[in-house]
Amino acid sequence: MSSPESDKSRKYDRQIRLWGDHGQSLLENSQICLINANALGTEILKGLVLPGIGSFTIIDHNLVTEEDIGSNFFLESSSLGQNRAKCCTQYLQELNPDVNGESIDENVDNIIANNSDFFKNFSVVVACSLTEKSLIKLSNLLWDFNIPLIACKSLGFFGIARVQMKEYCVVETHPDNKHHDLRLEEPFEAMLEYCEKIEYGSKVPWLVILFKHIQEYKKTHDGNLPETYKEKIELKDMIRSSMTADEENFEEAIRSVNSSFGGGKPNSTIQHILNDESCTKLSKCSSSFWIMAHALKDFINKEGTGYLPLPGNIPDMTAETALYINLQNVYRAKALQDADVIFRRVQELLEELNKSCDSITEKEVRLFCREAAYLSVTRGSKIADEYEKGSNSALVSSELENIESLMGHYVALRSQDRFVTEHGCMPGEIQVDIDVARIKSQASRLLNDWGINAQLNDDLFHEICRYGGAEIHTISAYLGGCIAHEVIKLVTRQYKPFDNTIIYDGITSQCVTYKF
Amino acid sequence: MVEIVPLNKKWNYLRKILERSGPFQQETFEPSGEILEFLNNTCKILVIGAGGLGCELLKNFAMMGFKNIDVIDMDIIELSNLNRQFLFRRKDIGKSKAETAAEFINKRIAGCKVTPHFCKIQDYDESFYRQFHVIVSGLDSIVARRWINGMLISLVKYDDDGNPDVSTIVPMIDGGTEGFKGNARVILPTLSPCIDCTLDLYPPQVSYPLCTIANTPRLPEHCIEYVKVILWDKENPFNCALDGDDPEHLSFVFEKAQERANKFNITGLTYRLVQGVLKNIIPAVSSTNAVIAAICASEVFKIATSCYEYLNNYMVFNDIDGIYTYKYEAEKNPECLACSSKVRTIAIKNPSSMTLQDLIDYLCNNPEYQLKNPGLTTTLNGKNKTLYMSTVKSIEEQTRCNLTQSLHELNLSDGQELVIADVTNPNSIIVKLKFTDNEVEMY
Repeated sequence: MSSPESDKSRKYDRQIRLWGDHGQSLLENSQICLINANALGTEILKGLVLPGIGSFTIIDHNLVTEEDIGSNFFLESSSLGQNRAKCCTQYLQELNPDVNGESIDENVDNIIANNSDFFKNFSVVVACSLTEKSLIKLSNLLWDFNIPLIACKSLGFFGIARVQMKEYCVVETHPDNKHHDLRLEEPFEAMLEYCEKIEYGSKVPWLVILFKHIQEYKKTHDGNLPETYKEKIELKDMIRSSMTADEENFEEAIRSVNSSFGGGKPNSTIQHILNDESCTKLSKCSSSFWIMAHALKDFINKEGTGYLPLPGNIPDMTAETALYINLQNVYRAKALQDADVIFRRVQELLEELNKSCDSITEKEVRLFCREAAYLSVTRGSKIADEYEKGSNSALVSSELENIESLMGHYVALRSQDRFVTEHGCMPGEIQVDIDVARIKSQASRLLNDWGINAQLNDDLFHEICRYGGAEIHTISAYLGGCIAHEVIKLVTRQYKPFDNTIIYDGITSQCVTYKF
Repeated sequence: MVEIVPLNKKWNYLRKILERSGPFQQETFEPSGEILEFLNNTCKILVIGAGGLGCELLKNFAMMGFKNIDVIDMDIIELSNLNRQFLFRRKDIGKSKAETAAEFINKRIAGCKVTPHFCKIQDYDESFYRQFHVIVSGLDSIVARRWINGMLISLVKYDDDGNPDVSTIVPMIDGGTEGFKGNARVILPTLSPCIDCTLDLYPPQVSYPLCTIANTPRLPEHCIEYVKVILWDKENPFNCALDGDDPEHLSFVFEKAQERANKFNITGLTYRLVQGVLKNIIPAVSSTNAVIAAICASEVFKIATSCYEYLNNYMVFNDIDGIYTYKYEAEKNPECLACSSKVRTIAIKNPSSMTLQDLIDYLCNNPEYQLKNPGLTTTLNGKNKTLYMSTVKSIEEQTRCNLTQSLHELNLSDGQELVIADVTNPNSIIVKLKFTDNEVEMY
């Protein structure tokens, strides 16, 4: 007998365990565009072709140089002098026959100017070392098309990446420490019934033991729950005194006192999402996420009496099988019931909005309800605004006073862009000393434009000029890995992306995030 | 055959770093053309593991000017490797990882000489490991990490004053990944914290109590473990040991685990879960391996060229929620089993009731030891005596009866020194037994 799984599912097994078959399917339907196939660009695509995106397109009209061959793994000595997009496409394509690769030997500025609709074909566009002027045009274009853009650069031991997207809503954020929502404070009816039926004993799940003791505790404390450290100790002592022998389930109940409260109430992040205008004012254009969020809000305000829908999963507990499974079923049944209320509300909303009632499935709603405590919405800003209207000046100036900060790197890398625009070459490409003075004057002008009065450290400018435009492979490989995963986040709609700029210093191995 | 044209400007980018000075350089760094020559012609690097990290590392070194690279890996290529181990193709399934990876790099990068070793790290001795300037490990096994760590510690020679001779120290850069998390560290054997100094960083493996598996299963995992540890030996369906790679075995376990799950109304059992539990599968993606291998290779480059200060000494990475990195300086354990010369003392409360098996269990389960199959010898009345050894069948049979004997019955006394051999270290370790009063708790 052979394995019941498909060949693809075996090949991608190690990643499907992370983002699921639904994540894999979204990935396989994605189309990624790369502008400029330098080492950074091909390292990003490597991290996307291997896990199996649908297709990639490289736009690059440059010819392969010797320096390219010394830094870019997806070229060979024989590639010298040929079109870089074509050569890299061939070697990247070899990584995975499931992925379709195309190359376009054309200046990206021409495509932006003459055939801008071309970019509508893509799920995400990644631009490496694009000039300021082209980047601003591309940024405006993709913002209007509502297509995410990642702009990035690798220079010497430094790197920077910036994500641009209008709005990014995630249901499955996969937080590291998921807190179980057990509703001990606000027990639902089926749970009350279940717990009342059961007597203490060594086979009872700790949840029941804890619940019963909480009821006892409330009787002697004016109906209040234990809140302070001291009160929790008191509850633990109560549980301990009911123990008749060395019982693991009682020990588990005592250990769980500190971590079992507080689930079910929407935290400030969730409240913020629920109060967002996209949630409160639905329209025909509203996405599934916001329609479900609206229904969620209605549930919390009405049936849920201030609580989120129950996720329905409980942790494993030492107990007799049937007692545990029945308890699990009580929680699952309540979760389905809550999700059903929300699903019906979603259906009503779809009807009011004149949208097809099967545009949101019951399965989607259940997933949304299970993850309701961990939803995430990120609103982005336009790169063109950052470049033309000035940056987040308050952030830049306060960070520049902090010696540990990498904001100086940001200013230096932005100054390098300006330098390239003005002088048509990389700072330090030929000689370092003269260019240090030149790039510093670019930096002063930048800060002046942003209305910032700050002293800049010469060292960073000297270091940037030392690099003379060099691209160091391992720094590109680091950024390439990070950016590939950000693209995967964007297309699978899972995990939270960085918001919205990362700066990497490979000398000190630091990577920090700033929002512009 | 493609004609190889010498490319004079190929390393121009690296030369900007190596032939120019800069404000952030390491103090002793002197830019010169000789450094690139050293990387190209003299420097020897060993990559341990040609898997997810290994493939990335080989590429990174070849692109950073290193030309003399060895790679060692005992594994062969499987279909599920292809989502990240990018030097392998479908046609390579079943071939040696080390050999296939070496061949690929040598073909792609003109002038690069990768030498493969299709074998276990334990197949080589000190003379092999001593020839490298730096060793980088991308392993998925803690035991193998500890072994190579022990090997590199034993390469260090000391001068008359007892100080380590720096020229005998081979730096080790270690990388590890799991899902979207990873870590990288720099180890200078005997000078900085080693793998065994920070054993507590490795969490103990998830295990389920036998009574849960046998009597009160609640999770699908319990049902799978039941088939694995109880039913398989009882039914012996294929007259052989359970092999997680054999689809027939997997199907059997899946079917039987499903039966058990149905019987107990347990839901959520899938074929993928069965595979995951049986083979202890760790999820893996290309991007995390790329990031961690890039950090490791950057650190090797810094050490080999002195261009910048290297990482001191540990960093973690996680890109589930944005991108998170954190660096810190792990500390040396002054009583480290592997890199300190201190003899560890084990306090024994009751030597007349504690059996040899109890002692072995302690050595395996205690987080500070985490041994796997310790073999114990000692000296009694001036003679060497093997107390227990599982690795040689005839000796195991001879010494098995000692396991149920108490330490007193074995004539071990207070202050007795035991010599322990284990797969976690190429060298033996010595522990001293200390029999304490009954009031003092053991451990």
